[in-house]
Amino acid sequence: MSNTQAMCTSFKGEILSGIHALGTTVIRAGTGADTLKAALYLASATINAATTAYTVSGEVSGAGYSAGGVTVTNATDPTTSGTTGYWTPSASLTYTTVTLTTAFDCVLIYNSTQSNKAISAHTFGSQTVTAGTFTLTMPVSDATNALIRIA
Amino acid sequence: MITTTKGNMDEALLDKREGQFEDDNESTAWVEYWDGDEMVHRSVHVHLKKPMISTSEIGGFS
Repeated sequence: MSNTQAMCTSFKGEILSGIHALGTTVIRAGTGADTLKAALYLASATINAATTAYTVSGEVSGAGYSAGGVTVTNATDPTTSGTTGYWTPSASLTYTTVTLTTAFDCVLIYNSTQSNKAISAHTFGSQTVTAGTFTLTMPVSDATNALIRIA
Repeated sequence: MITTTKGNMDEALLDKREGQFEDDNESTAWVEYWDGDEMVHRSVHVHLKKPMISTSEIGGFS
C-alpha cells in the first residue's frame, strides 16, 4: 500500500451540501436544502465569475417575468462518482408565457436562502421570447455532464 | 390554440416558422408564429450541454 496526495472525493460532494464550514462567518438559515433561483440577464449585462450575488442590474424585464426569476427544482442531492462531486437541477427551468423583447443570453443560478449569493452563470445564444415560453433543460446529472461539477 | 400578443389564437390561422441551432455549449430550438408580417409568438427551448467545472487542487509541504 502507499499513500496518495488528493482532495477527498467525499469532500467535493460535501462542499455542495454545505457540510464543511472552513470559515468563521458561516451562518446557516436552516438544515434543509437551500432555495435556489434562476434569473435571466440581457446580452448587454455583465454576469461572470466575479458576480457575487443576484442583481437586478441587467436582468431581463417584460410581461410575465418576475424579477428574481424562477425557483430551481432541487429534488436530488449532490453526489459523487469516481473523483468528481456534482449536482444538477432536477427539472428544467421554465419561464412560461413571457415577453422578453430585448436579447438575453445568460441565466444566473443563485441561492435565495443565503442572501442571494451567486452560484453559477450559464450562457447561451442570444434569444428573445414573444408571448411564449423559454425553457432551459439540464444536462444529464452524472460525473461527466452535470451542470455543476467539482472534479 | 396558442398564446400570442393578440390573445389565444388558432395555430391554423398563423404562419409557423421553426429553427434550431447546436454547438458544443447548447442545443436550441425555437418556434415562431406570424400573423401576416407580425410575429405574435416566439418560444425557445435551450438544452445546456456545457457543465460548469471547477478543478480541485491541494498544496503539498515544502
